Amino acid sequence: MIKLTNIHKSYATEFTNLHVLKGIDLQINEGEFVSIMGSSGSGKSTLLNILGILDEYDEGEYHLNGNLIKDISQVEAAGYRNNLIGFVFQSFNLLSFKTAKENVALPLYYQKVPRKERQEKALEYLEQVGLREWADHFPNQMSGGQQQRVAIARALISNPKVLLADEPTGALDSKTSDDVMNIFKEVNNKGITVIIVTHEQDVAEKTKRIIRVNDGNIISTDVPQTTEG
Amino acid sequence: MIDVDKWEEIFNTIGRHKLRTALTAFGVFWGIFMLVLLLGAGNGLGNGISNTFKDDAINSIWLWRGKTSMPYAGLKEGRQIKFDNSDYDYLQEQFKDVESITGRFYLGGDKNVTYNTTTVSYPVRGVNPGHKLLMNSIITEGRYLSDKDVAENTKVAVIGKTVKENLFKEKEAIGEQINIGGIVYTVVGVFRDPGSEWDMRVIFIPISTAQTLYAGTDEIHQIMFTGGDLSTSEMERLEKDILLALATKKGFDPNDKQAVGSWNMAQEYQQFLSLLTAINGIVWLVGFFSIISGVIGVSNIMLIIVKERTKEIGIRKALGATPKSIVSMILQESVFLTAVAGYLGMACGIGILYLMSGVETEFFRTPQVNFGVISIATLILVVSGALAGLIPALKAAKINPVIAMKE
Repeated sequence: MIKLTNIHKSYATEFTNLHVLKGIDLQINEGEFVSIMGSSGSGKSTLLNILGILDEYDEGEYHLNGNLIKDISQVEAAGYRNNLIGFVFQSFNLLSFKTAKENVALPLYYQKVPRKERQEKALEYLEQVGLREWADHFPNQMSGGQQQRVAIARALISNPKVLLADEPTGALDSKTSDDVMNIFKEVNNKGITVIIVTHEQDVAEKTKRIIRVNDGNIISTDVPQTTEG
Repeated sequence: MIDVDKWEEIFNTIGRHKLRTALTAFGVFWGIFMLVLLLGAGNGLGNGISNTFKDDAINSIWLWRGKTSMPYAGLKEGRQIKFDNSDYDYLQEQFKDVESITGRFYLGGDKNVTYNTTTVSYPVRGVNPGHKLLMNSIITEGRYLSDKDVAENTKVAVIGKTVKENLFKEKEAIGEQINIGGIVYTVVGVFRDPGSEWDMRVIFIPISTAQTLYAGTDEIHQIMFTGGDLSTSEMERLEKDILLALATKKGFDPNDKQAVGSWNMAQEYQQFLSLLTAINGIVWLVGFFSIISGVIGVSNIMLIIVKERTKEIGIRKALGATPKSIVSMILQESVFLTAVAGYLGMACGIGILYLMSGVETEFFRTPQVNFGVISIATLILVVSGALAGLIPALKAAKINPVIAMKE
């Protein structure tokens, strides 16, 4: 599903060239449930952004679902993001002026799905995350956990092959974190590849493979000792 | 084909951002509204001034009697120059290509005019048929005086609308007999005057009748010409030629400005026209600056809006929006908003001008605006709003969504 070969990425700042990723080789197969761990500044978020085609890389090759993602146009990138990838962010990134239902339906708007079908599907996906009765609420009327579940429903509605989550539990308490992680698990059980970036050990331990990143390199990739049934 | 989904998305965004929408819309609305009022007021001022000239023919030359101030051909200065019928005939012969000529004979003071038992005093003047063009009189009933009336000294009268209303009330006036200072006349016509109310209190009778019946003379008090569509410079030349002809006929120095008084209305009108041009210039200048300030205001708001929406743009891109869809969303929204607001401003402004259209004073009447001009002004605001939004929108659509979402 995902194949990274010798990926390098640098950010040029005014005085120095920040080398963030220093030759990442990584393969993630379809249906995997993976976490990427590392301290802040380790390059894990950059890695995730490259996986999500939100950011470009300088060197190496990235294959997504068999397609080489290199020097592609903004329109192509938008197409991949729309059809193959679902995103979940730490700060939820819901549009505050849209209701839960409208937020969830938004990716389908960019797929040119008819309005009625969008609405029906949005309700269906809200149902899956247990928020159907919150469909007409605005984000600021919901708790953090609820907002993140809306964001997950939004990420899933376009039926992506890969779900990318950047610190999805970073803004949540441990109880709601567990709820959200359970949803990710369910999603993965349906065969969708789930990749979570986190710095929390207990979150990472709920996934099936942990990739540790430090200073721009993958230092280990292992299966967690304790997996909850 | 209209993209219903897209418009729904736009209306959704507009409806959920009421303050932002109101601020943008108000800027455009106010700019256009004020421009309409301003241009309307300028035109009202111009119309008022032009109207004061509707009273009498714009191209007219007025001559009156004077005293010589220079000796001529052995005659001393201080000679009284008078006009009589032979002068009139001479000028008519000399200037037969000129639109019209008329003499005027005043019956000193107002005359008592009686119909049945009603008696009122009115000014009465003996004139030639050409007088109708001079005064811009409009015949509402019957006819004006004719050459035959003057040739045959008929006792007929053309009365002003006010005279008719005073003496005849609702009754028919044409063919009725009125008594003017002891002499009975038949009313042959009623006229209206675009000028003042006072002009409609006058009674006109044939000049020959006035001369013979009231004074037993062939004297004429004033002679007037109208020039039709002659230009101002042609009118000036005509005035000179007339004075020269009179100097030859009456025997006075052609350079003597006192022997015969003359006044050229065309010159006066020209001055008013320049005043009008100046007023128009000022109105346009102020209008131009109000459009500029509108453009700056709208552009500013657009810049702020796009800045404010950077995060939204990042999120939309992460969800699969193409840069083009982002730019067209922002542009369509701004064009729609500014166009509607501009149209409303135009409608309100024109509405107010319409309410004021009844105002008729000497310096201000029937304010109006050129619809094309206002439409272009609205278009300028809409386009500049779109352009002002376009550059930051293009920029925002290009930003890496990760960075945009951190805004």
